[in-house]
Amino acid sequence: MTIGRTRSVALSGLSGHLVDIEADIASGLPALVIIGLPDASLGEAKDRVRSAIANSGLVMPPTRVTVNLSPASLPKQGSGFDLAIALAILAGSRDVPTESVASCVHLGELALDGRLRPVAGVLPAVVAARDAGASRIMVPAGNRAEAELVPGIEVIPVSSLAHAVRFHGVDITVHDVDVIEPPREPEPEPTQRDLSDIVGQPDIISALIAAAAGGHHMFMLGPPGAGKTMIAERLVDILPDLTPEESLEVTSISSLARVAHTSRLATRPPFVAPHHTATAVAIVGGGSGIIRPGAVSRASRGVLFLDEAPEFASTVLDSLRQPLESGDIVIHRANTSARFPANVQLVLAANPCPCGNAGVDDATCLCTPDRRRRYLARLSGPILDRIDLHLPVSRVRRAQLFDTTLPRVTTAEARERVANARARAADRWGFTRPDPLELRSGRFRLKPTAVRSLDAALDRGALTMRGYDRVIRIAWTLADCDGSDTPIADHVGRALYLRQGVPV
Amino acid sequence: MARKDELGRWGEVVAGDFLVANGYEVLDRGWRCRHGEIDIVARLASAIAFVEVKTRRTGRYGHPLEAITPSKLARLRVLAGEWCRANRVTAAAIRIDAIGIIGDGIAIGSLEHRTAVIG
Repeated sequence: MTIGRTRSVALSGLSGHLVDIEADIASGLPALVIIGLPDASLGEAKDRVRSAIANSGLVMPPTRVTVNLSPASLPKQGSGFDLAIALAILAGSRDVPTESVASCVHLGELALDGRLRPVAGVLPAVVAARDAGASRIMVPAGNRAEAELVPGIEVIPVSSLAHAVRFHGVDITVHDVDVIEPPREPEPEPTQRDLSDIVGQPDIISALIAAAAGGHHMFMLGPPGAGKTMIAERLVDILPDLTPEESLEVTSISSLARVAHTSRLATRPPFVAPHHTATAVAIVGGGSGIIRPGAVSRASRGVLFLDEAPEFASTVLDSLRQPLESGDIVIHRANTSARFPANVQLVLAANPCPCGNAGVDDATCLCTPDRRRRYLARLSGPILDRIDLHLPVSRVRRAQLFDTTLPRVTTAEARERVANARARAADRWGFTRPDPLELRSGRFRLKPTAVRSLDAALDRGALTMRGYDRVIRIAWTLADCDGSDTPIADHVGRALYLRQGVPV
Repeated sequence: MARKDELGRWGEVVAGDFLVANGYEVLDRGWRCRHGEIDIVARLASAIAFVEVKTRRTGRYGHPLEAITPSKLARLRVLAGEWCRANRVTAAAIRIDAIGIIGDGIAIGSLEHRTAVIG
């Protein structure tokens, strides 16, 4: 009885666990048995491994082979264990040096001819292997660029099983094979859009800069053609570049979601705009077997834009409430759970009524008052209450379009203002933002004269306590954008208007 | 006799010789009943082994032992009981063995004996 061992990585969500793979070459009739909670695609590994070994000029031991994936209670999915299983078997039959195989973590799916196919989620898997103390990891050559994004671990790209076996010290002929590359997404076209495309709406520009500076969620209400989508797209442009930590998180998510071929770290915040027919699972993530990140995780550290927000199913919108509050989302299934980041800046856009003409000059709304009311009532109170900036967006008039006296702010200028405002807030607050109580009555308490309008609104019942706290936060952001040390009455007044400006 | 059957006969002879050389007493060869055929019945001390022999010319199309399927094994199990009943034998232990031979009818390339291949 001989045993070969190696390790691989099982992902659940973005976190990975090292999995020990042991192959017992026992006496008995030829059979390959895989145990340790494999799913269907992993169970099929036995047929891929058998063919790949035979077609690489190696010998599948003609005995009973039991492959155990440990910890046995952790559910394992996908085809990424193929390479590790094949090498554990070959190490068990002593065709490959056991120490070399045992000291390396292996990832990769085998093709029947022995070549290695790239797999999804290599980036988080390599990170997990490194964090668990592994010193080297073997990956399919097609995933090389992605794996090498992770510092602090030796990456060994191989193109086939024979190549892997030779790396471990066996004298075997390695035929030159075509490396199987992952499907390539076309390079994104360099964006032509600029903030200065938005004309005649200076209020919107300053609100947009405030949103970017303070990370405030935004709701835009306006008729079709007013430029709501255009504005939302430009919000992501004026956000600062991702920090190295955020960049790794964003790239890991896209690696896992297979939204793009990942060969370099994302540096810009993502912009995700799901269609309004999206299901709750598409938005928050899920799926049977492999749990995949949803739009809210793919947009993490960036902007999630929901156009035509009232058209979304109300359950879908309400499913966003918890991630908006906590910044991450835990998806539970019967046998497992997965945690994904969900740190999004939410932007909602809505027409004022189903026909879109309500409140527009020179246009007639054909909707009945009841229909109009029902339409916007679909945006539930709880979700709107979490949104700080409520912006009315109106159609641009010809006079505004050709008015050269109106200031035009370019993306570069706006990004600089956002960066300055953020630097100011970071100087004052450090890494942790103060809690509402501290803002209300602690050392950041505003002068009574500054908050007079706000107190009045609270007394009138026009504002909830949460709303009160949010307005103070917006006021601080506006003060940061203006470069003033503390919010004055004007900032509080503008903040109150931004929060309450749209009658819904 | 077809060429493949000749090879099979030859393999069974080789397997029998192998068992005898290893101290087994061959009790029966090619025993048939309505359920099928047992290639070799052999005894070692108090255990009786029912041996299925598979012979192939090369290993190119897989190891000969790979040809022994679960349904074949299930049949062997039934046959073992039938043989004991027919021969009024009671043994302390019975088991199913398999012998895989690669050879060309003259020389033996390899021979593998797996004992107790079920349960």
